[in-house]
Amino acid sequence: MHPAPSVIFFTTFSGLGFGLLVFLGLGYPGVTGWSAFAFLTIAYVMAVGGLMASTFHLGRPERALKAFTQWRSSWLSREAWCAVGALVLMGLYGAGLVFFGTRVTALGVLGAALSLATVFTTSMIYTQLKTIPRWNMALTPVKFLSLSLAGGGLLAGQLTIALVLLVIAGGVQLLTWKEGDKALAASGTNMATATGLGDRGTVRAFEPPHTGTNYLLREFVHVVGRRHSQKLRLIALVLMTVVPVLLLMLPFSHIIGILAIASHIAGVLTARWLFFAEAEHVVGLYYGKR
Amino acid sequence: MTTLPASTTRKLGLVIDLDTCVGCHACVISCKGWNTENYGAPLSDQNAYGADNAGTFLNRVHSYEVQPEGDAAAQLIHFPKSCLHCEDAPCVTVCPTGASYKRVEDGIVLVNESNCIGCGLCAWACPYGARELDAAEGVMKKCTLCVDRIYNENLPEEDREPACVRTCPSNARHFGDLGDETSDVSKLVAERGGMDLMPEQGTKPVNKYLPPRPKDTLPHEGHDLDVLAPFLKPVAEEPKGFLGWLDKTLEKL
Repeated sequence: MHPAPSVIFFTTFSGLGFGLLVFLGLGYPGVTGWSAFAFLTIAYVMAVGGLMASTFHLGRPERALKAFTQWRSSWLSREAWCAVGALVLMGLYGAGLVFFGTRVTALGVLGAALSLATVFTTSMIYTQLKTIPRWNMALTPVKFLSLSLAGGGLLAGQLTIALVLLVIAGGVQLLTWKEGDKALAASGTNMATATGLGDRGTVRAFEPPHTGTNYLLREFVHVVGRRHSQKLRLIALVLMTVVPVLLLMLPFSHIIGILAIASHIAGVLTARWLFFAEAEHVVGLYYGKR
Repeated sequence: MTTLPASTTRKLGLVIDLDTCVGCHACVISCKGWNTENYGAPLSDQNAYGADNAGTFLNRVHSYEVQPEGDAAAQLIHFPKSCLHCEDAPCVTVCPTGASYKRVEDGIVLVNESNCIGCGLCAWACPYGARELDAAEGVMKKCTLCVDRIYNENLPEEDREPACVRTCPSNARHFGDLGDETSDVSKLVAERGGMDLMPEQGTKPVNKYLPPRPKDTLPHEGHDLDVLAPFLKPVAEEPKGFLGWLDKTLEKL
């Protein structure tokens, strides 16, 4: 899959923003007034910024509102509803915290649940695709949720929980890579089934249908990223989990906190780039590629 | 609505004969021609005359080489590929706007272009690469089964079939109702063992592919390889009469 920057930024930052909203909604940290305003601003900039970035990959962004209509069948539509619902509820809840110094627990819990649901629906957009075996597994939502919560905990300054969640997220990420590497072969889709010619011999792509490139090759067949995937996995894991965990074990200061967050975000961006760049879409098989 | 209909009245689709396709790409061109001038946004080209050219096509012809086991000769198979109008079309259910839909009356999968936001998710969900996002229009394009031809009473009756079927010079493409067991296309599929592409993806394609017939095998040892040879032996080995005398005389000189 083509690693489009808009989608990488969208999933990374909206994941972090909604993760932070989960913690704020549950009252960790139990801040009010200006301090609450600062936390909420960070969360909204990330969540809304991420959602805005996602509209950049639309061919017709001016019609984006139509995406709210098909919540019965489409995960993308459900994501739109959850995101707006979470942002509205958390906005009301946040207004209570900032302007009235009161915490409406029910509103916060509901907002936190919808924030988590937003991350889940985002992950389901990828998980539902049978055409991309690497994504089509139960571990994908677990990975998105664990990363979002770990990043949210880190941003919320909940150090002990963040430490545990970062280790869990790192472990889930490792497991996803391990299982993901086997997914295409396990899916049973290959050039033999793609062409239906497998029972008569070994199928080889002899001539592509066109001399130039096309939408399908640009969007689905991205082989460059896989060359350095092992190195990038190591870099991602170190930045995402190892460095923040080590930093959190040091005596806490704001500089260390910011460094931990920066390292975590850089690691998640790297991992997310790989998430797309490594994913094999079965349509590549028609071109003799994967 | 992007939910799929429980069943469709008819299942219109194509049957593609991999045995007779000669890989001429005429279907690709006629498809591009018809669908650029008719239903929906035109199929654009980018940098058509430059070095790095690309464009939107709804039908593309791949070519594969199949090498059987042992020392048998490899077979070259031309492989046209367009939307298979699947019964369980994954491209329909993922659509967030309802632009992508499957028609109840004939099973054709279509895109309502004025509702398409160009998110590309339907193309991600399609295992066959049947959908292409048009770079100029920003909306998803796909095979319409020439919905603007097959019911078009302004066209002569013989033209009321998809452009690719109408144009195919080797009769490798057939159009009809695959839901009706008595239709010509259904009989063809039954007779020739029509197959699904990527059945494990669970899409239940309506379009079927007829596998290539096995190649002629070489005769066993001891048999004459060339069946025409006995009939092509020279009839008159030695000249006779005047020519014979002339031949002998000239030989002696």
